[in-house]
Amino acid sequence: MSWLTEPLSYGFMRTGLLAAVLVSISCAAVGTHVVARRMSFLGDALAHTMLPGIVIAFLLGASLLGGALVAAVVTVLIIAAITRGGRVQEDAAIGVAFTGMFALGVMLLSTTNSFRDFTHILFGNILGVGDGDLVVLGIIAGAVLITLLVFRRELEVTAVDPGYARSFGLRPDRVRLGLLLLLAPTIVAGIQAVGVLLTTGLLIVPAAGAFLVTRRFRITMLVSMLIGVGASAAGVLISYHAGVSTGATIALCTCVGFCICMGIAALRGVLATTTSSEVLE
Amino acid sequence: MTAHAPRGPRLPYGGRGHLDPVPGAPALEVRDLTVRYPGNITAVRGFGVRLERGQCGVLVGPNGCGKSSVLKAIAGITRPAAGEVRVFGNAVGACHHRTAYLPQVPEVAWTFPISVREMVMQGRDVHMGWLGRPRRADEHAVEHALVRTGLEDLADRPVGALSGGQRQRALLARALAQESELLLLDEPLTALDEDHRQAITRVIDEVLAQDAAVLMTTHHVDEARGAGHVIIPMRDGATADANALVAR
Repeated sequence: MSWLTEPLSYGFMRTGLLAAVLVSISCAAVGTHVVARRMSFLGDALAHTMLPGIVIAFLLGASLLGGALVAAVVTVLIIAAITRGGRVQEDAAIGVAFTGMFALGVMLLSTTNSFRDFTHILFGNILGVGDGDLVVLGIIAGAVLITLLVFRRELEVTAVDPGYARSFGLRPDRVRLGLLLLLAPTIVAGIQAVGVLLTTGLLIVPAAGAFLVTRRFRITMLVSMLIGVGASAAGVLISYHAGVSTGATIALCTCVGFCICMGIAALRGVLATTTSSEVLE
Repeated sequence: MTAHAPRGPRLPYGGRGHLDPVPGAPALEVRDLTVRYPGNITAVRGFGVRLERGQCGVLVGPNGCGKSSVLKAIAGITRPAAGEVRVFGNAVGACHHRTAYLPQVPEVAWTFPISVREMVMQGRDVHMGWLGRPRRADEHAVEHALVRTGLEDLADRPVGALSGGQRQRALLARALAQESELLLLDEPLTALDEDHRQAITRVIDEVLAQDAAVLMTTHHVDEARGAGHVIIPMRDGATADANALVAR
């Protein structure tokens, strides 16, 4: 029991754990929509393409969140410009934007001569979260959940059948843009926890696991959040005792959660096959 | 055109209220419709059709002849390069709730985890608009559509677990739940066995009897033959022969 309680006797551990939980809730909720729309690559790419925005904001002493948001919008515009005319597929355009923006970020980073200042951006620094950051993370999580709840029908119908949605006046491209704009602050929160390089761990992996074991979207989102929260809590505690990187441990724990879901799905498949064979016999 | 007071949801999609039909106007009137896709590919050129209430138009032709593009232009999914489309006398988009569109089965993301009932409820979205929530009338319309298409026993099944024919019926149920007066059906009889084909044909006949109009597409002339149906043969984006519009 002390394995659980001892780390939490420190204030920074309690704050870090709470921050990790808030981040994993917002990432898993948005991530469920991202995975359902087969936008996982875009989600991963956006996390990387925010790097130049964050570095520029840091150099200018401006808000890192603002810098990340601007970089996300620029990325979306670049992808839209490249795909216009239909001659380049979206996944190729994402690859181009991803490479260009991340390379720009690394280049800017190398000019600062203080690479170590940015290690928390690359790999996260959840245990360095202050009370002010905690409030921001809480606001992001709340805003994400409320937005997804309020626009649930529009998000679902544009994902299932964009043509049908367009036929009654909904603009699937604008709904998608709205989702991307919601993705931007979510990824910024994820960067705080696990860094640019491992944000996919909180955004995509829990949702990918949840889709394996659920058949209703609302339940998928809940299970995705449970995996994210569980992995974050486990990651914070395990990293404390093992003395290893917290962000990497959280990301690894989400992968363990995904493997457990795969195991459950496989077991269900075996059971279903056995049952149907018995019925046939 | 007569001005009408906007009605419908408080916050309609597309930012336009629901207009009443223009008195005396046909259910659908299309003149000189031209549809082009990126790369200057002309899918439809100079197409025209006029349907009154209670009438069923059937676009017949091979793959790629422009049948689906005609439906998409009328549904407001594709913007016409030229020509005019009027639905109950109004421009496309002025009365979204009066036009229900049934896409081809492969155009839908069937892996999205929703139930059949939830998919059919999407047919009510246009009546709810932004921030709207399903009411008793919406739930009643959904249940009625499920029964008409014989899907009531599959209502809670995930759409991804449906067979090809069941998916076709789920899309029709969604279009019926919209309670529209003009149905645009893209290949509604594809992937159906004979029993279900007859059942769907019966539902279409019921819709026509309720004074709605239907415009549907098919590859097969045999499917097009029905009482009072207007057969419109198409080839290379245009009506194959203007004199071949046969009322049967």
